Amino acid sequence: MNSKEITTQISEVADSLNLKKWDYGASFSNDYSVQVDKGEAKQLKASQKQILTIRVWNESNLVGITTTSDVSKSGIKKALNQANIASDFGNKNESTEFSPLAKVPIKVNEVKKRIPVGIKKLLTLLREAEVKLIESHESIKSVPYNGLTESFFERVYANSDGAFRSYSKSQAALYLYARAEEKNNKPRSSGSVKLGYGVEDIDIESCIREASNKTISHLKYSSIKTDKYLICFSPESFLTIINAFSSMFNARSILDGVSLSNKNSIGEKLSTKALNIYDDGLHEKNISSSPFDGEGTPTKRLCLINKGKIENYIHSESTARIFKTIPTGHAGLGSKVSVSPDWIVVEKSDENYDLKTSLDHSTYEGEFVYIEELNAIHAGVRASQGSFSLPFDGWLYKNGTKISIESATVAGDIKYLLKNIVNIESNQEVTTSGISPHIWVDELSITGDA
Amino acid sequence: MLSSQIKSNEIVFGSCNKDLLEEIIFYGIGLGADFVEIFIENTDNSSVLAEEDFITSVSPSFGRGAGIRIFKDKKDGFVSTNDLTKIGLMRSVSQAIEMLDITDKKNREVFNGLNKHRDYSLSKKKWIDEVPSIHEISEKLLVSTKSLKKNNKIITRKGSYSRNLQEVMIASSDGTYASDIRLHQTVGLNVIASDAQYRSSGSRRFGSSGMPNEFRLWDHEKAANDVFESSMNMLYADYVDAGQMPVVLANKFGGVIFHEACGHLLETTQIERGTTPFENKLNEKIAHESVTAIDEGISEGSFGSLSVDDEGMEPEKSVLIKDGILKKFISDRAGELRTGHKRTGSGRRQNYSFAAASRMRNTYIAKGDYSKEDLINSISDGLYCKSMGGGSVGATGQFNFAVEEGYLIKNGKLTNPVKGATLIGEAKEVMPKISMCGNDLELAPGFCGSISGSVNVTVGQPHIKVDSITVGGR
Repeated sequence: MNSKEITTQISEVADSLNLKKWDYGASFSNDYSVQVDKGEAKQLKASQKQILTIRVWNESNLVGITTTSDVSKSGIKKALNQANIASDFGNKNESTEFSPLAKVPIKVNEVKKRIPVGIKKLLTLLREAEVKLIESHESIKSVPYNGLTESFFERVYANSDGAFRSYSKSQAALYLYARAEEKNNKPRSSGSVKLGYGVEDIDIESCIREASNKTISHLKYSSIKTDKYLICFSPESFLTIINAFSSMFNARSILDGVSLSNKNSIGEKLSTKALNIYDDGLHEKNISSSPFDGEGTPTKRLCLINKGKIENYIHSESTARIFKTIPTGHAGLGSKVSVSPDWIVVEKSDENYDLKTSLDHSTYEGEFVYIEELNAIHAGVRASQGSFSLPFDGWLYKNGTKISIESATVAGDIKYLLKNIVNIESNQEVTTSGISPHIWVDELSITGDA
Repeated sequence: MLSSQIKSNEIVFGSCNKDLLEEIIFYGIGLGADFVEIFIENTDNSSVLAEEDFITSVSPSFGRGAGIRIFKDKKDGFVSTNDLTKIGLMRSVSQAIEMLDITDKKNREVFNGLNKHRDYSLSKKKWIDEVPSIHEISEKLLVSTKSLKKNNKIITRKGSYSRNLQEVMIASSDGTYASDIRLHQTVGLNVIASDAQYRSSGSRRFGSSGMPNEFRLWDHEKAANDVFESSMNMLYADYVDAGQMPVVLANKFGGVIFHEACGHLLETTQIERGTTPFENKLNEKIAHESVTAIDEGISEGSFGSLSVDDEGMEPEKSVLIKDGILKKFISDRAGELRTGHKRTGSGRRQNYSFAAASRMRNTYIAKGDYSKEDLINSISDGLYCKSMGGGSVGATGQFNFAVEEGYLIKNGKLTNPVKGATLIGEAKEVMPKISMCGNDLELAPGFCGSISGSVNVTVGQPHIKVDSITVGGR
């Protein structure tokens, strides 16, 4: 069944069950991926997947939900029945409705769909990439984590009020993580990830170059003395931190009491006036962009921090109603609707006179720690408490030289970090999770050797 | 069985599908595959969330699908699909064959049909009727969250329950033909406590496999007291000072250190990648002689136990390390093919959309001779890690994990609570430093995410002492 037929099927079965109000979200995907090991194909993978989530409202306007991979007629009937039963346990304290924006016209860009290149081509490209990466430096012995994938998918949202949204697109990803070894030294590993709408959009040479340069740059390493340091966050690592603490801007988290913010935090000063942060799911560089969210609300650019102050929260339909505002296009589709950011964009505002502009990661000659990549976010972040303690890959810059740091962690508090931003460099860089310049923060704790 | 079911052109759960499965396997072998494996799954899941004094989410889900794996030499092609018709499954086989670019029609192995059906599900078919209803679950969760309301510093109370019922069928060209029903239930409690600028959290999760009545027996009062006490103890805790120090890791979930630091490196997938420092260390000393470590899938009711793995092999009890000497790796079919280490009944996957890989099951350090007090008394200045958070292991073997509830040890006594600690190290450096093992082995359930998705596992250990480890803090 295609999405129109599924909508018709759901509508008919709902009528037969006397369910007058329903909506659904569905995704249909075909994914192809390859992994290689020293020139040989290791695992080749293809998957065809369909997921359907149906919500129904009972006569008391309570919502029940069911998710299934069975989109046959009998599967749809079972799903509606189960959702109907689940609606008896619907949340009486917080109602859910259709998004008021679910039928607002949106423009869906179909150009972003590429033609599949097929498994054989993926394999050839990845084999070549692996060989080139290994040959790029004598210390690189293997590429233990590698993969090239292409995905083709369709997403749909529809409801009993006549809303119907659908878009389809393609996406490809290449990741190469090399392992380098030198005598009497520990093995070192680093890598690179590139995304594109199709394989032809991925800059494979740049991925190889980045993976090689990063890995080699960590070959000579040293431990770092446990102390407080001036830190320069790479764009990627700063975005990692902001995403990890995005509950500060998340209305759902605020209502659930797991955010550092509260209902009255709009306008609260968090950082230097030089800092602006947006969520911009439709940004042209966001390969994973979606024109609408799980409730059918259009995706849009939203300012989260304006000149250092909290400007907006991200919302679902129900949180927006509670906060007396409109949904922002950040909802999932669930029994309890989740809210999450799409694509974070960090910028320097025009009120940047208090920044120490001499701090530039490519020219500054004083001592500082450069954090390239933060690891183990799920283990080291306490979003509800604001604290983090995270292992990282990076370098110590000292007396004009840099040396890779052996096994260390950076620890602190997100509010302290934001308040202690001392420079926001001018050039923004595009990463897989957003856009940001390099960000400098004073006095964060690094644990290395005792 | 009904003849109409035998001749079915679609997989029918609860029926004999032998003829159809054989036909599909013959089809793959005929196209030149060395080995064909079919994994078929039917799931019926449910989860319930209670927040404060209300049920805020009930989420049932169900689904079905197949994962088809073809080996040719040491390469494998894997295709997953929701289409369980004969045509759909054959299409998937063709796709896998095509991906592997098989032109040589000679097979290494001969397929002589499926062996006698090993049906592990016979005694489990009533489980779906025996598990607690949504109504029963909701009532108990609400009582549990109410029990967490012990003072006005508790600002958030949550109770969650999840039940996964998975019916699987595994058939492969070596004759394997097995079916099973698996039941996993977990229940957890979480709180956030707050007082002025101070904040803390507490959580506990419990889980079982194959025990439909287990949720009813769960002692929610004890769990609520534990979570409350933990959050209160940590509310005003100072941040720990970073540095190298001896630590005592508590039993139960303290075993995550072994799981992350060493267990993953003993999976044959790590040998295949060349990312384990233990690859050539079989029968060599890799840990302190006080350490004996086990991975098994047979403890009744434990979260990582299973009657048959996802490749149709009964799980074994694998002694990985005996008195500090490396004895065995955790292996699956691909691991045996590519590394030579015999399968251990550890081929596991999250669901049909993942190819099985060598994964841990119930993994723990065996008990020693010491009491918890012996371990603490042996330290003049260190850290006691009473409750652990999550952790991870990097591509070169470095690991880290968060300490959820920690206390300083001064002159052999527990003193102030401390927060913000992270334990950091590398397996081959830390394993020789586990110098004392307590006599209080206990297991704890958890979820492990890796190459074949998220699988249910148990971690465990007695109290152990690590002579020196890097503690990240402030």
